[in-house]
Amino acid sequence: MERLESAAALEGLRTRLVKAQDPKLLVVRVCLGPGCLAQGAGKVARAFRAELRKKGLKGKVQPLVKETGCHGFCKQAPLVSLSPSDLFYVQVSPDDVREIVETSLVKGRAVDRLLYGENGTRYRSASEIPFYRLQEKIILKNVGVIDPLSIEDALAAGAYRSLAKALTEISPEDVINTVSLSGLRGRGGGGFPTGRKWRRARDYAQENPGPVYLIGNGDEGDPGAFMDRAIMEGDPHAVLEGMTIGAYAIGAQQGFIYVRDEYPIAVRQLNEAIHQARALGLLGNNILGSGFAFDIQISRGAGAFVCGEETALIASIEGRVGEPVTRPPYPAQQGLWNRPTIINNVETWANVPHIIEKGAKWYTGLGVPHSTGTKIFSLVGKVKNTGLVEVPMGITLGRIVEDIGGGVPGQGRFKAVQTGGPSGGLIPYQFKDVPPEEMKLTKFGLRPRGFLPTELKDLPVDFDSLLQAGSIMGSGGMIVMDDHDCVVDVAKYFLRFLQEESCGKCLPCRLGLKGMQEFLDRFSKGQGHPEDIDELKSLAQAVADGSLCGLGGTAPNPVLTSIRFFRDEYLAHIMEHRCPAGVCKDLITYRIDPELCNGCTLCARNCPQECISGKKKKAHAINSGACIRCGVCRDLCPVDAVKVE
Amino acid sequence: MSPEKELIGATEFIDFTINGRPVQARPGWTILETARQHHFNIPTLCYHPAVRPWGSCRLCVVEVRYGKRSKVLPSCLNPPIRELEVFTDSDRVLNVRRWVLEMLLADCPGSREIRDLARQYGVTSTRFTVTNPEEECLRCGLCVAVCTEVVGVQALTFGSRGVSKQLDTPYRVPNNACVSCGCCVTVCPTGAMGHRIDQVRGDISRRTGRGYAH
Repeated sequence: MERLESAAALEGLRTRLVKAQDPKLLVVRVCLGPGCLAQGAGKVARAFRAELRKKGLKGKVQPLVKETGCHGFCKQAPLVSLSPSDLFYVQVSPDDVREIVETSLVKGRAVDRLLYGENGTRYRSASEIPFYRLQEKIILKNVGVIDPLSIEDALAAGAYRSLAKALTEISPEDVINTVSLSGLRGRGGGGFPTGRKWRRARDYAQENPGPVYLIGNGDEGDPGAFMDRAIMEGDPHAVLEGMTIGAYAIGAQQGFIYVRDEYPIAVRQLNEAIHQARALGLLGNNILGSGFAFDIQISRGAGAFVCGEETALIASIEGRVGEPVTRPPYPAQQGLWNRPTIINNVETWANVPHIIEKGAKWYTGLGVPHSTGTKIFSLVGKVKNTGLVEVPMGITLGRIVEDIGGGVPGQGRFKAVQTGGPSGGLIPYQFKDVPPEEMKLTKFGLRPRGFLPTELKDLPVDFDSLLQAGSIMGSGGMIVMDDHDCVVDVAKYFLRFLQEESCGKCLPCRLGLKGMQEFLDRFSKGQGHPEDIDELKSLAQAVADGSLCGLGGTAPNPVLTSIRFFRDEYLAHIMEHRCPAGVCKDLITYRIDPELCNGCTLCARNCPQECISGKKKKAHAINSGACIRCGVCRDLCPVDAVKVE
Repeated sequence: MSPEKELIGATEFIDFTINGRPVQARPGWTILETARQHHFNIPTLCYHPAVRPWGSCRLCVVEVRYGKRSKVLPSCLNPPIRELEVFTDSDRVLNVRRWVLEMLLADCPGSREIRDLARQYGVTSTRFTVTNPEEECLRCGLCVAVCTEVVGVQALTFGSRGVSKQLDTPYRVPNNACVSCGCCVTVCPTGAMGHRIDQVRGDISRRTGRGYAH
């Protein structure tokens, strides 16, 4: 394709591409997001290709199979959607492909057994399913729809329209004004107003002429979070477009996207997208004939969690050890090679084209005051519909976990939600009676109890409300827990993660996380004194106060919030030597209920310790001396006769 | 002057208070430098005037109040601003110091300097697990900094990360870049370097000129 020399040429190309798309042609979209790939979506896509060729449908299906980014409904992976019939199939295996092709593509009917069903209803298309119906997809609109490896597909869906608009109609100053007015806040966790950050960099760059840099932060490392990954893999051009608009506003010539090497698909899609955008003149010198030059380079990280912190990220790009340094000076003043540098999360960048296209006013209409727009969450844990959801800010937590998430699977009850990943806090689902002295939060300042709703399901999800509840928005991980999750164990898990990811520079973080872990290890063994809980709190406070960067500063959050809201559970471990959730291995025993056991021998055959005895058709028993409490017997038992005490 | 200090850009003297007493900082001074000039005692392990402050030991933290906002900051890294109120011994500060010292007693039990400092703050025993009773190094990074910034040879570095961070030579082999100047031994706050310098420079009698090329 030829280089585009003007905005009009871009529109001309777009019109040609849209015209070339025959709405009657069939399209098969196979989701190749991380969840679907793990469930064998690659094989499904191959099976589709082979089957379509065999059936001679090559000309009627265009392109043969569209391999898209994440559709979001990861629980039901692998996912396949068809257009124009708008059919949406879940849990598709390669064996189902022939039936789909014969029934849906040739005869135009639905394969009922592969449609998603809930409470007795079968849904034909994705937009009818409650999981999708309650979402508001703006950033993810094209993710799962377009082929991320094809710029033509992205252009037909409207990519780079905002860039053309910005370059031809809006002055750099007005771009910053629009972003400021939209109230966009950083999506990586801190929630710093994006417009203010840009202005600071622009002002500083004008006082000190020289190069200015942009960085897209795609170093996503929270356990159970894959928002940035979905954007980079599913719609890389949105990130590139957002960054190019930002570069135009600030006057930058060079941008970097920092992606961890554990995301090889994201690296591939981004590289390909950059390559294609350069070929069309949407990156590089003289973009769209405007004389403005900007280029983007991929910088691959080695997977250190701490490198998501902006100063550590800068050190990593410069080739130094990824350790944070003190701020100020902020990167907006002195960042990469001591020049003004704007670091925004890739999700923030992906918001920018929408703001420029539709205006600040439209954007502030989404969400609530001070937290505008939409936010992507990865909803994981004990919910029926795990996956990626995009909702307007200010939606209540209950709506996300109950209506979109579909509630807890099985018999469990909601207990808590961890927002913001390992740096966030546990929020109890039923608001608990918490002593007033517990409500004084350390670093972020918790407001008085009256501001919080009495039930968590009414808590609005926005930057400020989450802070009030003692948690943070973070990058958008949302882990739901039920009454089979022990808070001590959860706190221990996050602490272990952070301890492994600490860079080791500051003593309170390097030694303190290890020390806190020692406290929790004692608790989970039923050892320790009740006063130790307050000692742990005091240590957690010291770690938060004494650490330099956000990792150490927020690391005690899971511990502090779990003590605040679930002190009774800590006390049960210490005083009664009992784990109410039945998780801490040193405090539980497995027992087979002789009344319920039907003697199927399944447990005895699978016990790794071979410590279950009993004859066929007779009640079995566990030798608790040899039992390692692995839980295999409980998972296998068909009659739920294995009890935990 | 380091770029950070240039950015601060202060060309005037800055008036603020430490523990309620009015003090004056010269342009470019940090809170720690001002406090020491005015005879306030702030303990440090990783600070040395010869190198750029690194801020790893966090014993020098102070509580600063500005208007309604209150924060705990390392005084070695932060410059004062006008009308700032600094407290060197507030509850929050002592909480950080005591915990860091108690954890240091477990991390480097071999160091007499740390034991003495801990005793000044009433910390005489530790509840944490001692892994190596001989350990003296607290990984403050002073030796690395002095070797890089002052001597300019980079014979020392940190290996590994986080909890398992260790002082090491590049590629974990004795290093011909080492000029045996002993600066690292001089700045080491715990005396740990004194026992290690022979591992850094290797066998000095086997040196040839070639290794000195860089």
